[in-house]
Parts: sequence; structure tokens; C-alpha cells
Amino acid sequence: MTHPLDRYLRPGMIPHIWCPGCGNGIILNAFLRAVDELGLDQDEIVVVSGIGCMGRVSGYVNMDGFHTTHGRAIPVAIGIKTARPELKVVVISGDGDLFAIGGNHFLHAARRNVDLLVICANNFNYGMTGGQMGPTTPSKAYTTTTPYGNIEHPLNLVYLAASLGAVYIARWCVTHPLQLKESIKRGLTKRGFSFIEVVTPCVTEYGRRNRMGEPREFMRRLREICVIRRGVDPSEAVIEADRIICGEFRDVDKPEFTQLLWNMIREVSEKASRGEIEVAL
Amino acid sequence: MSRRLDVLTGVHFVQGDIACAEGAIAAGCRFFAGYPITPSSEIAQHMAVRLPQVGGIYLQMEDEIASIAAVIGASWAGLKAMTATSGPGFSLMQENIGYAYMTETPCVIVDVMRGGPSTGQPTKPGQQDVMQAKWGSHGDYEVIALSPASVQEMFDLTIEAFNLSETYRCPVILLADEVIGHLREKLIIPEAEEIEVVERRRPEDLEGYKPFQPGEDLVPPMARLGEGFRLYITGLTHDEAGRPRASSPEAQGRLVRRLCDKIRLNRHRIVKFEEHYLEDAEIVVIAYGLPYRSALPAVEEARRRGIRAGIYRPITLWPQAEERLREIGERAHRVIVLEMNYGQMLREYQRWIDPDRIVFSPSFGEAIPTPEGVLGLIKRCMR
Repeated sequence: MTHPLDRYLRPGMIPHIWCPGCGNGIILNAFLRAVDELGLDQDEIVVVSGIGCMGRVSGYVNMDGFHTTHGRAIPVAIGIKTARPELKVVVISGDGDLFAIGGNHFLHAARRNVDLLVICANNFNYGMTGGQMGPTTPSKAYTTTTPYGNIEHPLNLVYLAASLGAVYIARWCVTHPLQLKESIKRGLTKRGFSFIEVVTPCVTEYGRRNRMGEPREFMRRLREICVIRRGVDPSEAVIEADRIICGEFRDVDKPEFTQLLWNMIREVSEKASRGEIEVAL
Repeated sequence: MSRRLDVLTGVHFVQGDIACAEGAIAAGCRFFAGYPITPSSEIAQHMAVRLPQVGGIYLQMEDEIASIAAVIGASWAGLKAMTATSGPGFSLMQENIGYAYMTETPCVIVDVMRGGPSTGQPTKPGQQDVMQAKWGSHGDYEVIALSPASVQEMFDLTIEAFNLSETYRCPVILLADEVIGHLREKLIIPEAEEIEVVERRRPEDLEGYKPFQPGEDLVPPMARLGEGFRLYITGLTHDEAGRPRASSPEAQGRLVRRLCDKIRLNRHRIVKFEEHYLEDAEIVVIAYGLPYRSALPAVEEARRRGIRAGIYRPITLWPQAEERLREIGERAHRVIVLEMNYGQMLREYQRWIDPDRIVFSPSFGEAIPTPEGVLGLIKRCMR
């Protein structure tokens, strides 16, 4: 039996490790369809991921895949992108990987406006390690490390990305597969630091402890609370237990890091070879 | 013929850190990512000036973790890549250094050692990271680490570090110290044609290529990203194709053995040392890096005074010439070990040399061993 997206899946790596009811497969599906519809050469894309459930995605794509250490997908991606600007470099990872252990790298990559597309699967907890609290876990939610309810305040990833100057920012739920696919297409063609957050159900860990129900029930609830709005300011892109504003929040242009870097390198190296700057010790 | 911008042939008077940066560029390094830290910052500063001149990339990252991560990414993108730091930054890099060993990523890490632990003495020399260089990351792996003792060697051994790294597809660590890094002395940069530069072996064709399938030397050829190989690079235990084998004891044994054996079994090709006056030496001084510079004149002075003293200096700290050190230990009455720490390499020497014959002289901070001090030690051993 074949699937129309089979050529984008690495032979020998499927079935994936994701639980029944997990939304990560929908995100992967949307990404592969976006690549397919744009007609991109899959040999010119590098998918970089960190550690965690979503971190496994770099092994499932039939493209160059980089499964880095925990939290370090973005700086590895920067090394690749600056060295080979002609490649499309996509970071796909989870909320804990990108925003707890890897938060500092997100901050500086967005600030620099490096031409990367970062897709964050936000499932509100650490799924792979057994459902612990993370930086996006809603207040009062139950996890294996907040057995009496979460006393911390979660990050709003959209608002954070906006404060850092990301040029394209969107949030979707896996209940919006078509919008997500179109948004990934926009992110893949946008020059600069693009960020897409995707709310996704972790049935096995988060859902079980927070009475989200069996997979269909969890999906139905997400569809109710995740509402799409146009023209909302990132500061008002709320993400709460009973209401999540989705949509595109920013699409602007500004000078991109890799291009500025290579403009400088070309200018300096040409001047140096013409003897216009002193090369000496 | 137009002048080479990457090899600044001639006689110079420069700092060790600058010589290191020039050695890297001469070796073909075209990517540097780093974070400011004393006493290695001059390497980054010089790379920021020089790399764009030769078409290379300098990046200042947000921390040392990001620096080594970017270096790993750039190496797989096909560039020779390097970072430079000191103790605190070297500590932060350890997890990704282990990842680089696991994924067989060639790169060079320079640690200009200062006094520790912790923030310690940023502007003073130390040799307190030599065991960290070997055991700093978790898991089993074998490392290559080099110890320069002069500005010239900051240049020469940085080139050597890149060559070893490309040959064995692994990180190579240059363990300098604050004094060697900041010292100014003569540097001779030879003609470009006289410098041996090694490039990593690349796969011959796309068909059937497995990124972790070794050749006879136990080293797999290395493809780069974006060439259609559809590489999968993971820190998980993997098979020859790169596929995770996180639960297979066979895969774990096969991979870890090979990662270690490619260094162990090639040790005779990697190990470097120098020795003087050992033929009839009754007293042998073992010293590396900065203390070697005080020990050599002390040994020469002892010889002038009729004392049969000799000196041995490991240039590769990892691995070392165990067989040679055993021979030395069997022949000498006394072996003096000098280190700017409280006994790290000492424990290695105690495994190869009768510990009762070893006299250990540690030093810290500014109390660098002097030639007079070492001569005094030698004379005391004669009694």
C-alpha cells in the first residue's frame, strides 16, 4: 500500500513512536504537504530537531535530518544555514525543547533574524519523559511534577516571538490542518525568522491527567477552544485552558542575518584580494 | 602570483592566541563560532577580523553551548569549523562535545586553560582541564588532545588538530594555557605549499552510502548536508546507516567499540612526544605545556653540572605513548612530574611508572615552576 507522501518519508523509519491520538503526525503531514505543494526539492531541505516526541521528526522525513542534543536544534541550524545559505533549514521540535532548555537560543535566533522556519509542537508538557510540567503548562494544570496543580505562569510563545522581532508568526491547532499547511508554506518561502506554534494533544500524558478525555473528545475540545481570529495583536493572542487565539499575527520584512553576513564576507574578501584592506599580522 | 590571504608566510612576532587563529585559517578552517572568555578571546577577535577576508564565517553566539552546536552544524554543512574557550566555557560545551564524538563530527575545540574550579583565576594559567578533556562528557569515548608549549606550536598544533580531526572524523582538543595563549614570541609561517593540510574522506558515490559505515581504518567517509544523501544524524545509538538502535545491545557494543578503537588502534599514528638526554638519564622530568619551558633549561643546567638528567614531554596528552613511558619508568631512578594542577596526568603516569619512583611537583596560579626550582628538585633527587 502506498501513500501519496511516501517519497517524503524515510524508508525503514515508519511506524513512528507517537502514541495513538497524538497530534504530531498531523503536523508532519502538514509539513510534507506544504513541501510537496511548493514543489521544493527535498534534497535542499534540512530538518533539525531536538529531543522529545517531536524531536523524532528529523528521522521520519526523507530529507537531511539532524537530531541534536536537547534544546540545541536552533544553534545547530544556524551553523548549517550560515555555512550553506542555499539550503532551507527547518527546525521542528517541542515546547520544552525549544523554550525551556533551548529558550536562550530561540531568543537570539529571532533577534538576529536568521532565515529559519521554527515549528513548535506545543503539547503543554514533556510527553516523552512521562508528562512533567514545562514552560507552556497552563496554570493549575496537573502533571507528574505538579501533582497539586501548576503554580507557575506559562509562556505565551506568540507574544514572546513578537517581542523578539520574528518576521512571521502564527499559531494553529492540529484541528486546523489546512490553515497549518498554508502557514508552513508561507514560513518556508518567507526570508527571515519565521515561527509557527501548533497546539497538539498529548492524550497519554497531559490529557489523561487533565480530564481531556479519549482522543476524539480531546480533539473536539481543542476545536472548541482554539478559535481563529484575523488581525489580532500578538499581545492579545491569549493561550489559556479554555481559550486559545489562533491565526497569523505578524508578516513583515526586515534585513535577514545570513544575507547580511554573506554581503559582509563578500565585500571584505573582495577588498582583501584587491589589496584595499591590509591583511597582515 | 597573487599573495595567499590564508597563509601569511613570513616571520612574525605575535601572541599565542593569534598564532592559533592563523594556524586554523592555514589549515582551512572557514567557520568559527564562539563566546567571549578570558584568556581565549583574542582567538575569537582575530577570527572576526581574518575569516571574512578569506571568505569564512565568524559568528558570536549567545553562549558556549550554542557555539559548539553551530560548529557541529557547520561541519556537517561541509566546512572546517572551530571554537575557542576556557574552563567555564569548556564545561558548558561538554554535552555537545560528546555528541560530536557520537556523530563523528570533525571539529577543533581550543581550551586556553586558566585556574579553576569555577570562575577561578581568569587571567592566570592552569592545566586543570586535562582530565576534563578526556572524561568531560558522559559515556565511553577516546579523545585526541594536543598540548602546545610555544607560540609556534599554537600555530603548528592547531593545523595538526584540524588534520587529525579530518583524518579520524572526531573533535580534537587543543589544550593551551593562559601564558602560552598570551605570550608573544617569534612565529614562522611557512610557504603554503609546505603546510600539510588533510581533508576529510568523502563518499565516492551516492548509491549505497552509509554515513557510519567505516573503512579499514575504522573511519567512515563523510558526506555533507544538501547533497542528496538524506543523512540522518542522531546522538542516539545508531547503526551504520544512522538509524536509531536505542535498545540493541549489539548496536551499542559495535558503535562504542568502534568509536574508541578508531583512536586506540591508530594510537601509534596519533601519539607525539619529544624527549632529550634520555639515553643514560637517571632522573627524568615529565612536563607539558608551560612547565616544560622551565624544565628544559633546568635539565640542561643539571647536565652541565654532571647530573644525568633527561626530559620527556608529551605533545598529545590524549592518547599518550604508554609503552615509551613504561620504558622510561623502568630505567630511571626518579621521575619528576610537573603539572599546573594538583595531580591529574600524574595518575596516568602512576599507572605506567612505579609510583614510588615518582616525585610530583604541583603548581598553581602565578607560581609557575622556574628553572631554578626545577633544578633544585633534580638536585634533591640526587641525594
